[in-house]
Amino acid sequence: MEAFSHLLEQLYFTSGTKAKAQLIADYIANTPDPDRGWAIAAMAGTLKFDFFKRNTVKKLITERTDPELFAMSYDYVGEVSETVAHLWPDSEPVNELPSLSSIVDTFSTVSKQKVSETLARYLTMMTPSQRWALLKLGTRGLRIGVSARSIKQILADFGGKDIKEIETLWHAVEPPYTELLQWLEGKSDKPDIQNAVTFHPVMLSHPIEESDIDSFLPNTWQIENKYDGIRVQLAVNTEKDEPEAALYSRTGDDISHSFPDLLESLSGNMVLDGELLVIHNANAATSESFAEPEVDTFNSLQQRLNKKKPAKALMQSNPVGLIVYDALVLDGESLTEHTLAVRRAKLEDWFSKRAIPRLFLSTTLQAHSPASLRNLHKTVCENRAVEGLMIKRLNSTYVPGRPKGQWFKWKRDPLVVDAVMMYAQRGHGKRSSFYSDYTFGAWQGDQLLPIGKAYSGFTDEELKKLDNWVRRNAIGRFGPVREVNKALVLEVAFDAVHPSNRHKSGVALRFPRIHRIRWDKPAQEADTLDNVKALIEE
Amino acid sequence: MHPSTWLKINDIGLYCEPGNFYIDPMSEVDVALVTHGHADHARAGHNTVYASPETLAIMQTRYGEDMAVHQHIISLGEPITFNDVSVTFYPAGHILGSTQILIEYGGYRVVVSGDYKRRHDPTCPPFKVVPCDVLITEATFGLPVFTHPPIEDEIDKLLHSLRVFPERCHLVGAYALGKCQRVIIALRDAGYTKPIYLHGAQLKLCELYQQFGIDLGALIPVSEVSDKKLLAGEIVIAPPSALADRWSRSLPNVRTVMASGWMQIRARAKQRNAELPLIISDHCDWPELLQTIEEVAPKEVWVTHGREDALMYQAQKMGFKARALSLVGYDEDEQGGD
Repeated sequence: MEAFSHLLEQLYFTSGTKAKAQLIADYIANTPDPDRGWAIAAMAGTLKFDFFKRNTVKKLITERTDPELFAMSYDYVGEVSETVAHLWPDSEPVNELPSLSSIVDTFSTVSKQKVSETLARYLTMMTPSQRWALLKLGTRGLRIGVSARSIKQILADFGGKDIKEIETLWHAVEPPYTELLQWLEGKSDKPDIQNAVTFHPVMLSHPIEESDIDSFLPNTWQIENKYDGIRVQLAVNTEKDEPEAALYSRTGDDISHSFPDLLESLSGNMVLDGELLVIHNANAATSESFAEPEVDTFNSLQQRLNKKKPAKALMQSNPVGLIVYDALVLDGESLTEHTLAVRRAKLEDWFSKRAIPRLFLSTTLQAHSPASLRNLHKTVCENRAVEGLMIKRLNSTYVPGRPKGQWFKWKRDPLVVDAVMMYAQRGHGKRSSFYSDYTFGAWQGDQLLPIGKAYSGFTDEELKKLDNWVRRNAIGRFGPVREVNKALVLEVAFDAVHPSNRHKSGVALRFPRIHRIRWDKPAQEADTLDNVKALIEE
Repeated sequence: MHPSTWLKINDIGLYCEPGNFYIDPMSEVDVALVTHGHADHARAGHNTVYASPETLAIMQTRYGEDMAVHQHIISLGEPITFNDVSVTFYPAGHILGSTQILIEYGGYRVVVSGDYKRRHDPTCPPFKVVPCDVLITEATFGLPVFTHPPIEDEIDKLLHSLRVFPERCHLVGAYALGKCQRVIIALRDAGYTKPIYLHGAQLKLCELYQQFGIDLGALIPVSEVSDKKLLAGEIVIAPPSALADRWSRSLPNVRTVMASGWMQIRARAKQRNAELPLIISDHCDWPELLQTIEEVAPKEVWVTHGREDALMYQAQKMGFKARALSLVGYDEDEQGGD
């Protein structure tokens, strides 16, 4: 447990993906099984149960400390686990703490009545930072800024494998990942995952270039709408002893728990590639599966993302469905070696033979020349639920990764507004001495209201100039945030505007970035909040 | 006469009416008694200053020889009188030359602690427990979450990091007066004999410490290092404000270390962008504050700058009369030598 606590401590304070990866790799290389596997599970978010409830922790500390002092301390520290870690009054240090795996085992087998007493015993043995680690681990609340995807990359590097192999195996192996780690170290065979429902690394597209459009030839490309949802993979196998269905994100995270409404009614043996969206007629009678999907905005889908257990009402108001555009497996047959033309034909055939609620076949569009393709793009972009076009080579096989010249995305031109810089904050890592994060606002009367924050889109040279400008124009300080003279106009590009009641301005921008720095433009001539609101999609 | 009738708080600071003097005033006054040399306690421009020889030297170093018209050196433990008021300075254990002040008047003894700590500090004599009726104590770390670990443990973290990241320049943020020298001495005690590199702001005060006979080993100003690449794997000490400043851009592959009592709280360490937070404090932690109140055993505890609420609450729980003195102007961060 000491090593794990030490790792968390270092990860917490280290910024930069690379440095964090170094620390984790070092830990994996120097920690025995099964401890390291449990640590991986904790970091990747694949631990299956809470060791104890937050409430148990609160009860324990309430019995042991003065409630007033606890309240004042919590108020200052701002986080329960850390407050408890510092305030825990009993300390009986031991020479060596129990191992991480023995702690996991203990909590997985201990009876409900004994959980609290077990936790107290551990906390008493530990230093404040070890206590913090245990509390974070036990409530599955590690926030160390390492994604599951990074963990897979670290494992791949550790074993000298391609990350796609890890992604394929990932959902078929379980913590503490002993088999997987042994294989990565070359000490045993690759884990056998026959029959398991698991993630297949996806094929990705490149942004289209003018030259690609100019060389467009009819009948060699499949053209589809690019929907503004999230790319998912649906893997179902109900034809085996233990039926399984799972929904994965593009990066292989299992997001099934958020979308029980999609998964409940599926049967078959297939892996489908598609766009997850809020679709209002998703749950319509099965016969209407060929109907046009009533697609809602990304904003309404966003309310469904990252929910551990979505409420019934939310599933009813924002029902999800899948627009299917490709198939990796159909009726148990792998199709990835076939061309897109063949896969599409099989997919159409498959859809024609059944009607599955919440699944829709994507529509294909036609263009006969570069000019008609440009026209088509213009037309589809008028529909705000569509983000642009997808253009895929009909003779492309399904190759995981981002193969060249096979699939293209042609996004709608970004929206832009002229906003005024209001606050600036220093960045992290290489940028830690630069003011590189900017909050900008739009006018409402003679007042500026913040509409978003951006930290990308400029060159290093521009960053130096911006940093210099912030330093010369700083007029106030709120902790790490500098307020600046409201004098610099930033042309901000973004993908969409949504209404938001979390922000005073009432709007939230999607993926804002600095498009241009308008050193020349007077701040008074920047856009008004009404200008911004006019861009909200209906 | 109860001290609340003659010891007043105004926007300049703590004022003793019958003695006509201020303690650690925020702006220029006629007579100032100064507990220690940190900039928020010791300001320039008073007519007359009473302080320890070290504190006066620190003030002269910072503000020039003429930092006050009249400068009186006090001797620890020897009373001086202001009208009917008797005043005695005692050591506070905070930094070089730091003192607490006992005021006796009208049958009452009041101790103004200034900033103080109870841990061993080789740069100053230890805090003296002075019995009194009213103890005016600071409360910088006045919350039970603050228990400072031994300085040796924290220095070990720094030395360990130097072993793990031998190619990185370890830039330690430490306040120029007190903290910087304490970190250096602790490094020396741990057997670190290489030269330690200093930001310009740390130089003069380190020299002053050395003049008072405190051995800091070899110190080299960063400005004298022509090839900054040579600072890889070395320790550089700079004021906290310089950590994320343009100054640090010239250093190679910086690992940001921050030495402060605040580093115990993760969010505070994060705010500082500290990659390696070291919990090193020149103030009392919570157990030391309570220990002091118990040992001094005053009739009343007055709590000044810091987290007054918790300490007042606790003092009352311990059976002492307690009140908060809202002394404004003492910085808890960069100026205060936390």
